Amino acid sequence: MKVGIPSEISANELRVAATPKTVKRLQKQGFEVQIQKGAGVKANFSDKDFEEAGAKIVNTAADIYGGSDIVLKVKEPTVEEIGMMKEGLVMLSYLWPAQNQDLLKKLAEKKVNAVAMDAIPRISRAQKMDVLSSMANIAGYRAVIEGSYHFGRFLNGQITAAGKVEPAKVLVIGAGVAGLAAIGAANSLGAIVRAFDTRKEVAEQIESMGAQFLTVEIEEDGATSSGYSKEMSKEFIEAEMKLFLEQAKECDIVITTAQIPGRPAPKLWMDYHVAAMKPGSVIVDLAASTGGNCALTKNGEVYTTDNGVTMVGKLNQLPSQASQLYGNNLCHLLDDMGKAEKWKIDMEDAVVSRAMVTYNGKVNWPPAPLPVSPTAGGKAKVIPPTAEEIKISDAEKAKKATRSMFISLGVVGALLLLIGRFAPPEFIQHFTVFVLAVFVGWQLIANVAHSLHTPLMAVTNAISGIIVVGGLLQTTDDIKSPMTIIAFVAILVASINIVGGFMVTHRMLKMFKK
Amino acid sequence: MFIAQEIQTAAYLFASILFILSLGGLSSQESAKRGVFYGIIGMAIAIVATVLGEGVAGHVYIIIAIAIASVVGLMLARKVEMTSMPQLVAILHSFVGLAAVLVGFGSYLDPKSHELTGAAHIIHLVEVFIGIFIGAITLTGSIIAWGKLDGKVPSKPWNFKGLQTMNLTLLLASTALGILFCKADGTGGMMYLLMMTAIASFIGVVLVMAIGGGDMPVVVSMLNSYSGWAASAAGFMLGNDLLIVTGALVGSSGAILSMHMCHAMNRSFFSVIFASATASSSQGGEKKAIEGEVTALNHEEVASLLKEAKSVVIVPGYGMAVAKAQYPIYDMVQTLRKAGKNVRFAIHPVAGRLPGHMNVLLAEANVPYDIVLEMDEINEDMPNTDVVMVIGANDVVNPSAQDDPASSIYGMPVIEVWKAEKVIIMKRSMSAGYSGEDNPLFYKPNSEMLYGDAKVSVEKLLGFLKA
Repeated sequence: MKVGIPSEISANELRVAATPKTVKRLQKQGFEVQIQKGAGVKANFSDKDFEEAGAKIVNTAADIYGGSDIVLKVKEPTVEEIGMMKEGLVMLSYLWPAQNQDLLKKLAEKKVNAVAMDAIPRISRAQKMDVLSSMANIAGYRAVIEGSYHFGRFLNGQITAAGKVEPAKVLVIGAGVAGLAAIGAANSLGAIVRAFDTRKEVAEQIESMGAQFLTVEIEEDGATSSGYSKEMSKEFIEAEMKLFLEQAKECDIVITTAQIPGRPAPKLWMDYHVAAMKPGSVIVDLAASTGGNCALTKNGEVYTTDNGVTMVGKLNQLPSQASQLYGNNLCHLLDDMGKAEKWKIDMEDAVVSRAMVTYNGKVNWPPAPLPVSPTAGGKAKVIPPTAEEIKISDAEKAKKATRSMFISLGVVGALLLLIGRFAPPEFIQHFTVFVLAVFVGWQLIANVAHSLHTPLMAVTNAISGIIVVGGLLQTTDDIKSPMTIIAFVAILVASINIVGGFMVTHRMLKMFKK
Repeated sequence: MFIAQEIQTAAYLFASILFILSLGGLSSQESAKRGVFYGIIGMAIAIVATVLGEGVAGHVYIIIAIAIASVVGLMLARKVEMTSMPQLVAILHSFVGLAAVLVGFGSYLDPKSHELTGAAHIIHLVEVFIGIFIGAITLTGSIIAWGKLDGKVPSKPWNFKGLQTMNLTLLLASTALGILFCKADGTGGMMYLLMMTAIASFIGVVLVMAIGGGDMPVVVSMLNSYSGWAASAAGFMLGNDLLIVTGALVGSSGAILSMHMCHAMNRSFFSVIFASATASSSQGGEKKAIEGEVTALNHEEVASLLKEAKSVVIVPGYGMAVAKAQYPIYDMVQTLRKAGKNVRFAIHPVAGRLPGHMNVLLAEANVPYDIVLEMDEINEDMPNTDVVMVIGANDVVNPSAQDDPASSIYGMPVIEVWKAEKVIIMKRSMSAGYSGEDNPLFYKPNSEMLYGDAKVSVEKLLGFLKA
């Protein structure tokens, strides 16, 4: 099977979908690799590098699209590019299927089987193919580096003979992969880092990366089952804006990373926030390509506002590094699809069926929702059900529990009545004690520490030796009577239990040390 | 020198309170030792109050019996090794069972009990019958459990198709015998009682034989529960509240422990006890194919991994107990901790052959209990862990439990070791765990095997680490 890599035609796109390293890997997977002349130049890979890695260099994009079984691309294809594609071609690239419905239709018409790398579901198995994560990681790191470049001061605090330098304050908005990477980078440069996210459960991740978690005092969780955040209520946003205004006065570098899939980025940093910032401050907007989180962001531009705030709407993509990671993601997906030998488009597969947005001439978008929330993944976030869902299921459970409780109480009551009707009073008295003791035992043991279960068993063992009392009551002065012999043996074994049980527990507990 | 009945009752009440405090004391490490003393005092009070009570005779024999028993008990407790703690607990359970059977027969032979008439007499007979029934099951069940734990009886579940039917038939037969027994005059029902004892003993054997070695923690705590109920039944037949209360305490505590264990294995209590799950608990469907290769490292390579790691988690299992590797493991832990690494232990609720078994073994090797964590405490730290060492554990770290619905252990909570940077699995060979499930963990790209006896391996690692 032939894998082809065309040049990216967009001038802003510096990456390439394969590097010499991934070309070698593709060959190991059993693919023949051909790459368009000059495809890697912008990412600092020469044709010679690719040739040495074993790829065949071809001259035109048409050769790639017409003469390959699988095409690896970065940016979504243009109409001209689709025109060159042959029927049945498998194409892997960014597609943004939610925004590019027309494109999907054109691909389907051409009978191209297109995989949207940005639609790989966020489950743990698919993490190694998750391009959004791998690219966001780079963006987050780079945001800090470029932010500090434009900031032009130390990020860390220093006390020198020449005087004291205050550490810079960095605010990161949105703690996804990019946000967390930014927090980590800013923290390791010595800045004081604060981070905001609408999802409460990321607080721990933020703190683990060394930042302070900022939050607003309104009970609302922005988590959704897809692992992304949802848009929040008006009250929440007002509180958020107020919080940002306070932070704007203090913070030196603001990095915004908030994006909602399939929609323009939410406007979080308004003009008055920018106006409140100190001259020399920097805003790095990672959502610039989808409209920007900051009202004043200009996509693809870096400029300084009237009050001296530098707005960064364009980042160096670190193209060779990014190409390497992107290429790895692609290789992992091809690995998963059976490599060259056992190549198969398995529409039953949870990953392939969701990322394959056009298949056999049909548009396959939006995908079926994931059966499980992405909790299992290492980096994937833990998504609790929304408060409302919990409430509903809790209410149902409570109802059920009440019903079954009434039934069982009724049964128990009837049984007790029956016993009370026929049993002699003495029995009832003992029975009362028995039932109460069962409940006490239940309550007691529920509190026992797990690590003490073995000592607990030994101690209950010793205590159950209380059956010795039975033997004691049955002994008589006549050792020859069978009853006394039986009682004697009973006392003997029960006492072994008591002494042995207590001693061994004592011995065990002595060993537990802090 | 007899004490009045009222004083005896008061003493019993006091003893009951002390037993409750004793069990309550075990809720934390700090109060646990105090708990044991409460228990000892309670027991002493109970025995003294009984012996001094009205109608007790044969004090000489009582003292002789207790004296012999004390010597035997002390020797047992002194000599037992912590690794064979499960066996000791099991055999002690059988003693309670035996005592319950004997007390039952004694009570039946007791002429005083035949002075009862009408409903009271019938109830007494039923109590005797049930007491002996439970006692006999506890007795033989515990002996089999001891045999399995000690390796004297094969630990493989012994099961056949008609097992449930047979048990049910035996149960019905016992009930029939019980009815005949209640109708017999005087001690004429002795024959029925003996037959029932034989049947119950047989049921005890079959019940435990059918349960596999991996489910032993549940079985042992279940037998613990039975021994309590047996004591309680004895209390009913003797009309003794102290026995009833204490038996109920022990019985319910054993029951709740068993349920804890079952919960930790994601199995229903009944499926474990009646061994139906060992036959087939798989939800059907095709098994996931295991992908990847098993790769192994040598000791030197593992030692260098440990040297580079910042955070290490050790997951011990029954294999550690078998190899008695806890001592060298703790030496290794100390060496690593001195080098500034964060080393902790992760314990699965059903690791080992007794609830909390691993904790006791580690405590024996002087491991401070604050670095020994439970599964739920450590799982969220796994992604931040550099190296996980799995020592003699298998099913409790099997990822199939989370991602393969066809697996027989699907749904069981497991320690998520595969999320760590690197997993080292110390194992003697590639054999499967008790559940018989293959473990895809071994095939993961981030896991490496280290073959060999756990103790020898750890000692070798220690050598490289200190070098």
